[in-house]
Amino acid sequence: MKLITAIIRPFKLDDVRDALSQAGVTGITVTEVKGYGRQKGHTELYRGAEYVVDFVPKIKLETAVPDARVDVIIDAIVEAARTDKVGDGKIFVTPLDHTVRIRTGEIGDDAL
Amino acid sequence: MRKRFASRAALALLGALPMLAFAADAPAPVPNKGDTAWMLTSTALVLLMSVPALALFYGGLVRSKNMLSVLMQVFVVFSLITVLWCIYGYSYAFTEGNAFFGGHSRIFLAGVGDAFKGEWSLAATFSKATPMYEIVFVAFQATFAAITCCLILGSVVERIKFSAVLIFMVLWFTFSYLPVAHMVWFWPGPDAYTDAAKVSALNATGGFIWQMGALDFAGGTVVHINAGVAGLIGAYLIGKRLGWGREVIRPHSLTMTMIGASLLWFGWFGFNAGSALEANASASLAFLNTYLATACAVLAWTFAEWIIKGKPSMLGAASGAVAGLVAITPAAGNVGIPGAFVIGLAAGVVCLWGVTGLKRLLKADDSLDVFGVHAVGGITGALLTGIFNSPDLGGPGSVQDWVTATSGYPGIAAQLWIQAKAVGITVVWTGVVALAAYKIADLVVGLRVTDEQEREGLDINSHGESAYDY
Repeated sequence: MKLITAIIRPFKLDDVRDALSQAGVTGITVTEVKGYGRQKGHTELYRGAEYVVDFVPKIKLETAVPDARVDVIIDAIVEAARTDKVGDGKIFVTPLDHTVRIRTGEIGDDAL
Repeated sequence: MRKRFASRAALALLGALPMLAFAADAPAPVPNKGDTAWMLTSTALVLLMSVPALALFYGGLVRSKNMLSVLMQVFVVFSLITVLWCIYGYSYAFTEGNAFFGGHSRIFLAGVGDAFKGEWSLAATFSKATPMYEIVFVAFQATFAAITCCLILGSVVERIKFSAVLIFMVLWFTFSYLPVAHMVWFWPGPDAYTDAAKVSALNATGGFIWQMGALDFAGGTVVHINAGVAGLIGAYLIGKRLGWGREVIRPHSLTMTMIGASLLWFGWFGFNAGSALEANASASLAFLNTYLATACAVLAWTFAEWIIKGKPSMLGAASGAVAGLVAITPAAGNVGIPGAFVIGLAAGVVCLWGVTGLKRLLKADDSLDVFGVHAVGGITGALLTGIFNSPDLGGPGSVQDWVTATSGYPGIAAQLWIQAKAVGITVVWTGVVALAAYKIADLVVGLRVTDEQEREGLDINSHGESAYDY
């Protein structure tokens, strides 16, 4: 099992969700986050005070998937989230030791 | 500008028979019902300017952890000053004393009327034989004193102790607001001037700045310069907010700031047009000038900011509105339409400089720009009032001879010099009083909350509650 964490542009969330559904993903977790990478922030001006806002709003999307599905799902996210401009985001894949479905007590791939 | 003229000889208003006894002479004038209705309405409009308008305008500009502290400071200071006004404030501002302070005759509003007998003392307006109920004047002026004190809060928000706010306000109200109001606005009233021989003796009973011939329709000096300078002194003494200039300290809700600015605009019709004290042509002129100058200032600030900074901001437009309202305040019924155009446009640009270039020079964390908008806008308006009062520039001039109620104008240079002196006296007076009042508050309870409390926010630490549930 792998945990796929994708940081994407907020307005791309709907496209990514549709692509994941078509790729057979049955559940995702979404969080609104802020961060910075190569994409620059912006400046805000309040009367005399000018602030450089480095942190750009992004969506963090997490989904746990069986090992065999990882490449297909990564391709689906990349395809749906890409605009070819700086700030499209990143995908991180981490190994997942264990999974439990709370309602039934199923474990491992059965719980995904 | 106003004063009771029939203090002890209260008029019997109940029953027509006593009135008929006077009919052989000229009948004693009674307040006009339309005027009374307008002044009661104006009073409520000025209350609206503080709660909620000023509270929302200021509250939106602070961080969310300090929202309630701002609302609470405005709410309680407004109430505190209203109570003090009715205990002693009115008496020291608007009864005869010396040129700087009034007398004791209206302590606890003694003598304003006998509710059982239905006899009410009358106050002067700006027209002969056109009195108003003194209790209406008391209420109207109470709202002015209260909002002026609330304005100062903008300089010291997000770090001042609530107890220090209250101590400072009692002192500053007593020793700066009251004398400045007395100096600028106290005079014997038009009906006292019956004979040319009495004029110099009557004039000598007026306030110090009034005697100079200064024009301040609704409080450029008394309200805005007075509060603006006190705010700046406070910003210096209390010091900058933690993280100022390093961390992002930005407004948490410009939506509320816009609502507050809009309600200020609405309420300001009571403030300015109400200051005519009658529902007459002067009030109407003040009304249109207040409307027009504010719109001019919004456009001036917006376009200047667009050109200089690249984007026209909502905060800029709202600030422009307040700047225009401040600047037209001393001018409202004292200038014509040309004056409103120029004062509005000037205020928008000058106050934009006040909160940017000038603010950088001053190096103080005047957090919500009380000095940059209220003092700078007030001074701009006070000086331009002297110029655009000229009949040659569409202004009404001012009454030079109250025996015959004849208007005139001493000339631009002369009136401008009088206005400048009025500004200077106000700046020095409020500056000195504010300095002393902050020092006393600092000695008694300390001005600032601890760094830890400031980091966490005043809402939780000073008031035990949070504005938003998230």
